[in-house]
Amino acid sequence: MAIRRRDFLKSTAAVATSLSLPRLARGAETASIYDLERFGNARILHLTDAHAQLNPVYVREPSVNIGIGEMAGRPPHLVGRAFLERFGIRPDSADAYAFSCFEFEKSAGRFGKLGGFAHLKTLVDRLRGEAGERNSLLVDGGDLWQGTGLANVTQGRDMVEVANLLGIEAMTGHWEFTYGEQALRDNLERFKGEFLAQNVFLTEEAAFNDAAAFDKATGRVFKPSVVKEIGGHRVAIVGQAFPYVPIAHPKRFTPDWTFGIREEELQKHVDALRSTEKVDAVILLSHNGMDVDLKLASRVTGIDVILGGHTHDAVPQPIAVKNASGTTLVTNAGSNGKFLGVLDLALDKGKVSDVRYHLLPVYSELLKPDPVMAELIGRLRAPHVTDWAEKIATPDRLLYRRGNFTGPVDELICTALRTELDAEIALSPGFRWGVTALSGQPFTMEDVLAETAITYPETYVQEMTGADIKNVLEDICDNLFNADPYYQQGGDMVRAGGLSYTCTPTAAIGSRISDVKLNGGKTLSASHRYKVAGWASVNGQQGAPVWDVVAKYLRSGRMLQERLGAGVTLMGVENNPGIAG
Amino acid sequence: MTTTTDPHPTRRLILQGAASVALLGLGNLPFAPALAAANDKYPDEAFKLKNEADAIKALYGRTAEPSDKVKLDAPEIAENGGVVPISVTTTLDKVTSISFFVAENPNALAASYRIPDGTIPGVANRLKMAKTSNVTAIVEADGKLYSATKEVKVTVGGCGG
Repeated sequence: MAIRRRDFLKSTAAVATSLSLPRLARGAETASIYDLERFGNARILHLTDAHAQLNPVYVREPSVNIGIGEMAGRPPHLVGRAFLERFGIRPDSADAYAFSCFEFEKSAGRFGKLGGFAHLKTLVDRLRGEAGERNSLLVDGGDLWQGTGLANVTQGRDMVEVANLLGIEAMTGHWEFTYGEQALRDNLERFKGEFLAQNVFLTEEAAFNDAAAFDKATGRVFKPSVVKEIGGHRVAIVGQAFPYVPIAHPKRFTPDWTFGIREEELQKHVDALRSTEKVDAVILLSHNGMDVDLKLASRVTGIDVILGGHTHDAVPQPIAVKNASGTTLVTNAGSNGKFLGVLDLALDKGKVSDVRYHLLPVYSELLKPDPVMAELIGRLRAPHVTDWAEKIATPDRLLYRRGNFTGPVDELICTALRTELDAEIALSPGFRWGVTALSGQPFTMEDVLAETAITYPETYVQEMTGADIKNVLEDICDNLFNADPYYQQGGDMVRAGGLSYTCTPTAAIGSRISDVKLNGGKTLSASHRYKVAGWASVNGQQGAPVWDVVAKYLRSGRMLQERLGAGVTLMGVENNPGIAG
Repeated sequence: MTTTTDPHPTRRLILQGAASVALLGLGNLPFAPALAAANDKYPDEAFKLKNEADAIKALYGRTAEPSDKVKLDAPEIAENGGVVPISVTTTLDKVTSISFFVAENPNALAASYRIPDGTIPGVANRLKMAKTSNVTAIVEADGKLYSATKEVKVTVGGCGG
């Protein structure tokens, strides 16, 4: 792939646009995007939702990410041109390619892959070196240990080694919990940093049975926060794990633990850090998702910055949220190792006096891979790399996952499920992780696993009535479009293969989904029973792992000759800037 | 059954456990008569009514006004609709009863507790919820009714980012 360095240099004004917030200074315009002007006395680097992608990847940002109610038209619910305009990014720039879906395929050839931990290591070391000894901190917002075949077979152990070498000092979690308590604890034994979660508690039964906990008095399973001395000041990092782990995933992975947003417990903890620990800054390392963080910032006081993840939103500038005692900045740092958040703080006694924030795209073509990390990655991958390198298909179009309703990767998975399991309808989860494959490039087993590698991959075939199917669609649609972010879970809509329907995101639960039809055009009957195939069920299932089903389908050579997916018609969201024109 | 709370944690936990077992019947309550607020008789009628407003009327004979002195603690999304932990505390004085209503359950009144004089006015229990619903707690204090309401979502689960 021919890379023209001048393409990058042309775009180096990066995201140095004016901010509405007086507290934030303008980003510096420099010759290289990684030459940041020195600022403040403490630097916090934030990685999130890397999903175990050890090597650089292509990931297309979504062209449909609808916000409704108060979130309509506000970051992160802007896509394509609307996003670029909001953040002042030139459409032909490298940043437009990194941050948006705009002309993705065209730009992928120009700017190449992003991320990769050897490249990240080079960037992290450089940024920490510039900050100087004891003036920086590296934190990870979770979803570090899941997303590849390798992470799946090692139960995340590969990523613990990588995290230790990268120098991650604190993290929180989401998919980390899906390896179960024992694997999680084993990994944390090896992890040199701290695992923080203020919002994970023992259930009453587990507490009664004297289950292991960080603090028996409160029932907190993990350490809620850590106070670090950075730049001569005391900075508290509070961990906020994904609040809905036992709902979004099988409860069997975390039977003794109960989650939730836990606003009140968080407020008490932040107050105690301020009054007892006398910290100068409080940072929330959050896996809530951006909409939840924006609401939380308006209600919980005393947090200076929320370093957010989960919803995979690459938001170039922090959003300032006012609350009863001041302002909290909310960020979200993208996914798959594509970005590194750089938070420079000017700290004074008991307060943050000024802030600069950069969300740096990790352009693998501009960063020299760190040789020690590259060696570690090679060693970790070695046992499996040959098995998974076999080409099993050549895509005839761009395969990407993200989008509120569908994407070619999931259309492919649904078609594979329907074909291989002989079902009229297929349901596939609205995960946001997963990488993008270019058309005409070899598609390997490793690529299949990068879209499917979870700890509950078993497929199923079951009979469901039309009414059941509609209920599932309504239920999951409410997780996405409930007007109150606290009732959202942060995934996308379940992908429905073999069906078309109309969705009105602004309607209430029970009224959003209408006109559900089978592929042939027949209306779905409420009482008729249909054969439905799927995977990633929260109930135990016995079928073959989904990656084998997809691989089998692809090996048959049928791939993508048929037009995939019957589609979703949207109503009531005309002119919503969360839909690319 | 009269359920009280006790500052001693172990005792309170046991009492909570007892309440949760007793309340799993979705309105079809198999336990000994609870003492209703308005009078000392078991509120048979109120427990049988489907509709929340009707049940409140049958139990108390009047309506409640929303109050920020009633603190209702319930999850936004239930981890298990069969056992949803819901609790109420209040800073109101002279509390004589605390009741819980799940609007979308087959019978809206889920539990009613008489609070004897001198007891800390706090109740924690677990309610079985058929589906997503508003949960309302009513505190009767000094002869007046105060309420707090929160939506608790009961979902099929799965499909998290």
